[in-house]
Amino acid sequence: MVGVEGSYNDKVIRQFSVMTVVWGVVGMLVGVYIAAQLYWPALNFDIPWLSYGRLRPLHTNAVIFAFGGCALFATSLYTVQRTCHVRLISDKLASFVFWGWQLVIVAAAISLPLGYTQGKEYAELEWPIDILITIVWVAYAVLFFGTIAKRKVKHIYVANWFYGAYIITIALLHIVNNLAIPAGPMKSYSVYSGAVDAMVQWWYGHNAVGFFLTTAFLGMMYYFVPKQADRPIYSYRLSIVHFWALIAIYMWAGPHHLQYTALPDWAQNLGMVFSLVLLAPSWGGAINGILTLSGVWYKLRTDPILKFLVVSLSFYMMSTFEGPMMSIKTVNSLSHYTDWTIGHVHAGALGWVAMISIGSIYAMLPRLLRLPKMYSVKLIDVHFWLHTIGVVVYIAAMWIAGVTQGLMWRATDPDTGTLTYAFVEALNATKPYYVVRVGGGVIVLAGMLVMAWNTFKTFRLAAASTEPQPLLAPDAADARA
Amino acid sequence: MTSGWTWYVIAITVINLIGCVWLLRANTRRSPTDPKPDETGHVWDGNITEYNKPLPKWWINLFYITIVFSVGYLLWFGVGTFRGFGHWSSHKEWALETAAEDARLDDTLKLYAGKPIDMLAKDPQAVALGRNIFINRCAACHGSTGHGATGFPDLTDDIWHWGGTPHRILETIQEGRQAVMPAWATTLTAQGGPTAVDDTIAYVLSLSKPAQARDEASERGEKLFQTICVACHGPQGKGNQVVGAPDLTDSYWLYGSSKASLHKTLNEGRQGVMPAWKPVLGDTRTRLVGAYVWTLSPHTDGPPAGAVVAE
Repeated sequence: MVGVEGSYNDKVIRQFSVMTVVWGVVGMLVGVYIAAQLYWPALNFDIPWLSYGRLRPLHTNAVIFAFGGCALFATSLYTVQRTCHVRLISDKLASFVFWGWQLVIVAAAISLPLGYTQGKEYAELEWPIDILITIVWVAYAVLFFGTIAKRKVKHIYVANWFYGAYIITIALLHIVNNLAIPAGPMKSYSVYSGAVDAMVQWWYGHNAVGFFLTTAFLGMMYYFVPKQADRPIYSYRLSIVHFWALIAIYMWAGPHHLQYTALPDWAQNLGMVFSLVLLAPSWGGAINGILTLSGVWYKLRTDPILKFLVVSLSFYMMSTFEGPMMSIKTVNSLSHYTDWTIGHVHAGALGWVAMISIGSIYAMLPRLLRLPKMYSVKLIDVHFWLHTIGVVVYIAAMWIAGVTQGLMWRATDPDTGTLTYAFVEALNATKPYYVVRVGGGVIVLAGMLVMAWNTFKTFRLAAASTEPQPLLAPDAADARA
Repeated sequence: MTSGWTWYVIAITVINLIGCVWLLRANTRRSPTDPKPDETGHVWDGNITEYNKPLPKWWINLFYITIVFSVGYLLWFGVGTFRGFGHWSSHKEWALETAAEDARLDDTLKLYAGKPIDMLAKDPQAVALGRNIFINRCAACHGSTGHGATGFPDLTDDIWHWGGTPHRILETIQEGRQAVMPAWATTLTAQGGPTAVDDTIAYVLSLSKPAQARDEASERGEKLFQTICVACHGPQGKGNQVVGAPDLTDSYWLYGSSKASLHKTLNEGRQGVMPAWKPVLGDTRTRLVGAYVWTLSPHTDGPPAGAVVAE
């Protein structure tokens, strides 16, 4: 037995967990609002700060970096402490990471509606905020890897490989893509130009998906699925193969965002084939999660948290199948620039990312607050069904709208060779699906409000009992001197 | 791109793909020292453990298939300066597709070459083609139904600023038009004092409302109008289609009939532009568009419709 005095730093995790829920509600609310603007354009009230072009990046930044980001900070810092059997190396640093990240989010929420943007998708924030992100991120890396370094077990658990890869890669992506010459306090020019700029942007853009929205959330999956199912991970060797394959191959997939553009053909070719090779490594993670449930599938009947986790993996498999298919040039020539892409992104973001986060937060909160379970398990189930139905409605509407657009844009009169439809006619044909999309979004948002209520009541239950939790001693066989 | 960069790209591509194959092979074979599939080695956080089960066969095969496909694809389509054994390029594909479409289009278009637009307007097929071209090219300004917008004429009425004969319409489409309404405010004020602009507006507005009693302002405005505006808009304000000066006695206002809009017109002038479409679409397609436009508006055999209103 090694020394086990001390306790976990759960304060920072509680903070990040609460903000996950808060930013989830905010980000999805903005999403619903701009979806409604696409159907009722007058909803921008002719106020520039509420215009679609400014709120759309606010929506994406809020759901990815505020909601998803807070969920990742919360779960990664929770997981690294539990699986290393040590407290975070520094409470002050943890606090800095939390408040620093909130400051980034608030700066985004102010500067984007004011119209400050670098014009790079998912990297809109201007250079002073980019520098703040870099500082907070380095602090996060020190906190995470420092804790790994002083772990009390010999082996680093697989979840931490994924979190580690994500932290390193996001630092690299963020810095390289945001290199710019400042031209004022909130204005800058990218150091890249032309096709190179486009390539760097989508190298970043796709790896933001690959490392922020996939690799990191696989880390979440690797802790919370076996924990919640109380079963061993299906296969250690599968973890090894899909981890290394995933992080090696993802790096190449960016050019598939630039098929049939000014990017050289060969770079487009590489983007396409590596996207196809990515299929198996992506599915490797999903298989490892789903097969972990072998023998305990009956638990799905009673545990809505497990339902969130398993359905998220199903959406993950679906969207990582859809992605490689859409990167095939022939398919891409139909799907690109249509709402199919929006549907695909939301299958990943609402289906996979949001569901695994929500499930993990529900699993983690009672443990953080020393409660046997959330305030209401019934409400978790209600949330599960609202979310699932909302996502399906949303993505089905966008698939139909996207394929309709793709077919109408390219349709030529077979007799005469002229274009059959005007752009506005395709827009008109899509319009009904836009209102269906708003409906899907409202249902998902309603689910998030149920979660907010459940979280609030759970905290009320636990108000008196948040004394620090003692460190758990590592298993004797795995203990590190 | 130099061959050095090509080799660099090929090298890291090959290393990545071979790395995947090696990773797969190394982990599908089991050495005697490996833990058994059902053994759970380590324990984290009380109850997190791992089996070491074999990789699913179908998954391994899926992985290999995608790798083999990729190698074949890259050999056929190329990497870097190596163009691939298929000699494919997106530029070539585009050129071939465009040539095929153009050939088909030429077949279609030759039926209509050189014909006047009012004659083509009687051929439903020609009108349908014209509509396709219109909604993809002209609708951006004139609207998908041809009803126009502020600054962009309505094509469905019988008012023509540049002439409504088949010949003039085709000329407008093919060569474009540049309207020039100068900014007159300074000149007007110099001649008619500080109220000159308002007076002129009062007079111009009264032109399309002949039934209403004229006030003093419009009386003053008339004098100014008859010295300056008369040059293009004519003594009765009926306009001049040769220079594109609108008829001011009808109820149609290209830039709106509000005083604010008329102030802007007099203070800043108006420079409406219709682009020349012949260089973009060619002769026959502009004729087809003309045929469609011809069908949008009512046509009588009498004098130009704009001239018959009022009085």
